[in-house]
Amino acid sequence: MKKVGKPVFFLIVLLIAAMGYLTVAGVSVVYGDSTNRVIKGIDDVRWGIDIRGGVDVTFSPPEGVTATEEEMNAAESIIQVRLISQNITDSEVYTDHDKNRIIVRFPWKADETEFNPEQAIAELGAMANLTFREGANVDLEGKPTGDTLEKVVLEGRDIESATAVYSTANNSSTPTYGVELKLKESGKEKFAEATERLIGQPISIWMDDTLISAPTVESKISDGVAQITGNFTAEEATRLANQINAGALPFALVTENYNTISPTLGAGAKDAMMLAGAIAFAVVAVIMLACYRLPGFVAIIALAGQVILMIASITGFFSVFPSFTLTLPGIAGIILAIGFGVDANIITAERIKEELANGRSIDSAIDAGFKRAFSAILDGNVTVIIVAIILMGSFGPPDSLFARILSPLFMMFGTSAAGTIYSFGYTLLIGVILNLLMGVLASRLMLKSISRQSWARNAALYGGKN
Amino acid sequence: MKKWNIDFFGHRKIYFSLSLALIAAMLICLVLFGVSLDIQFKGGALLTYSYTGDLDTSAFRAAAEEVLGQSISVQESTDIATGTYNVILSLPTSEGIDADRQAELAEALSGQFSANEIQTSSISVVNPTIGGEFLAKCLVAIAFAALLMVLYVSFRFRKIGGWSAGVTAVIALFHDLLMVFAVFVIGRIALNANFIAVCLTILGYSLNDTIVIYDRIRENRRIYGTAMPVEELVNLSLNQSMTRSLLTSITTVSAMVVVSIIALLYNVDTILSFSFPMIIGMVSGCYSSVCIAPALWTMWQKKKMAA
Repeated sequence: MKKVGKPVFFLIVLLIAAMGYLTVAGVSVVYGDSTNRVIKGIDDVRWGIDIRGGVDVTFSPPEGVTATEEEMNAAESIIQVRLISQNITDSEVYTDHDKNRIIVRFPWKADETEFNPEQAIAELGAMANLTFREGANVDLEGKPTGDTLEKVVLEGRDIESATAVYSTANNSSTPTYGVELKLKESGKEKFAEATERLIGQPISIWMDDTLISAPTVESKISDGVAQITGNFTAEEATRLANQINAGALPFALVTENYNTISPTLGAGAKDAMMLAGAIAFAVVAVIMLACYRLPGFVAIIALAGQVILMIASITGFFSVFPSFTLTLPGIAGIILAIGFGVDANIITAERIKEELANGRSIDSAIDAGFKRAFSAILDGNVTVIIVAIILMGSFGPPDSLFARILSPLFMMFGTSAAGTIYSFGYTLLIGVILNLLMGVLASRLMLKSISRQSWARNAALYGGKN
Repeated sequence: MKKWNIDFFGHRKIYFSLSLALIAAMLICLVLFGVSLDIQFKGGALLTYSYTGDLDTSAFRAAAEEVLGQSISVQESTDIATGTYNVILSLPTSEGIDADRQAELAEALSGQFSANEIQTSSISVVNPTIGGEFLAKCLVAIAFAALLMVLYVSFRFRKIGGWSAGVTAVIALFHDLLMVFAVFVIGRIALNANFIAVCLTILGYSLNDTIVIYDRIRENRRIYGTAMPVEELVNLSLNQSMTRSLLTSITTVSAMVVVSIIALLYNVDTILSFSFPMIIGMVSGCYSSVCIAPALWTMWQKKKMAA
């Protein structure tokens, strides 16, 4: 077996310490007034609504209404627009097309004292008031004013449909993305009159009091079919089409499922769990040191590395992984991983002890210990990985990776309402995966490296006899 | 650390009786008390308000019933850590308690009991259909996880009689799930999503324990061959891996004990109903991996050889 150099141990400790510092503090680059967060730190953790309070609500069409996929998309876009108009930017919105449900989660706003969740829920689900108005006069608050307020050209019920298209409209030579608007009989005449009068001027499109588009009229449209063009991307065209369709949606959404949690309720719980995590780490460290001495010491460093990497995978430290919402069960998962994470070290240290008792030298005992312990460690970790994937698949949002993988199994059940457990599945999964990295690979390198120090050539440090 | 020398297989009847007795006790409690489902599964509404001073709960209930037009049950609780008082209204159905109605209720209550500074603390309203669907989905998840576990163990341990290893490991798993269930039944805790999360975690955790032991049996079989009688082989393997089984359980359980104590002190119920059943599941997982699964496997192997 290859020898590992003496400095390797210190190198790994240094790496873990540096990683720990970066994970907690993060890195910001300041250009004048704007601060750019390059690496996210612990302050950037997105806490779940069970910790900072907030709303978790499931909308569905009223009983007896079968909504089409387009209608559900339109309904989702109503909710998106309204969340933003209520200044709620940190929301999660999922549409479950199999069950025609829209799940919305949003936290309490940090500076809001008088936030009224019932009001917010009622507003999100209400029927959209879509209007086409003359001109595009907007007041300071972004609301329609003047002619734009008074002169309504079309209402949501005048619209047949809106579709995102990719075509050569308006005689241009290259095809562009746009939205094709079809009007009902009730709207054709009104629209023909207005477009004739307003050539060269804008007609603005509003959802409630939010301006969503203000195209300029190019010609009179009398057949009830209009093209809205501009420098749209495919995504923007689809969004606009959904928003216009939302105005034509013939139903309001109902909410029979919702959860609201006040911001004070979870704040203490988070601190309590953090404290529990620190104590649990200390307890496990004492046990490891008492039972296994040198391998126990290495296990503690590896465990610290594992916890740091777990936090990093939650904050979004590695930009390939997006940040993950952390809930109370998620923190419990991290603590569970602290207790469970030393398992690999325990199995290995026991093996090393046995090999020493069989009369092997320190070096060969360490090699044999890691080698013979590995199959058991791997098997054990695979079972927990399977469980974590099932947890994430069954409690996760419908568009998450594991939910899609498991969707054939759960297709008849719809999306679940327990968003807090998803976070637990995630911390369990990364805990186990990182355990293979830290508890096996890093521990092995560290132990082999440190065992070459002259003071470490004493079998008693490994649980053997002198 | 001491060397273990316990005749696990010889004591199997004690272990089986102990487990069966516990399961019987759980069944008796189940018959006597029944088991309730959290509103996450059965649907309904739970409205929690915080208040200060003395609150006339029967007047509070009457006021709420007037607004909602249905009968309501009321419960009080005190948060020791923060010293706040809560009153919890529970409704058997989710009907007629949409967001609008709920806002109306909050307004009426804080108007009528203005001296008590009524504040909405948390609201949870679940449609029974969605709740039932969620429960069914959870049960499918557990069944699916158990199936994958049998397949995995059977595949990995085909050299020591695949199916027998898989099936006996899963019997031990069901034993552990029953113990977790018993915590909820005996503790009169309504089954909630935490129950499912604990069950799934214990499935993985307890199997891990069993696998480490089977792995040792597999290795010893290779070293000692078929000349060594099965019960001796199993006892040897169990004693060799005993320290590890114990210590891993001790570290994990102590982490969860810390969580439970803190959750109890700070009144974090959502975590306590997670961490405490987890402790019981882990203790049971360690016990069943050492005392139940290998003994069953040994009996299976002996029967096969006798046949």
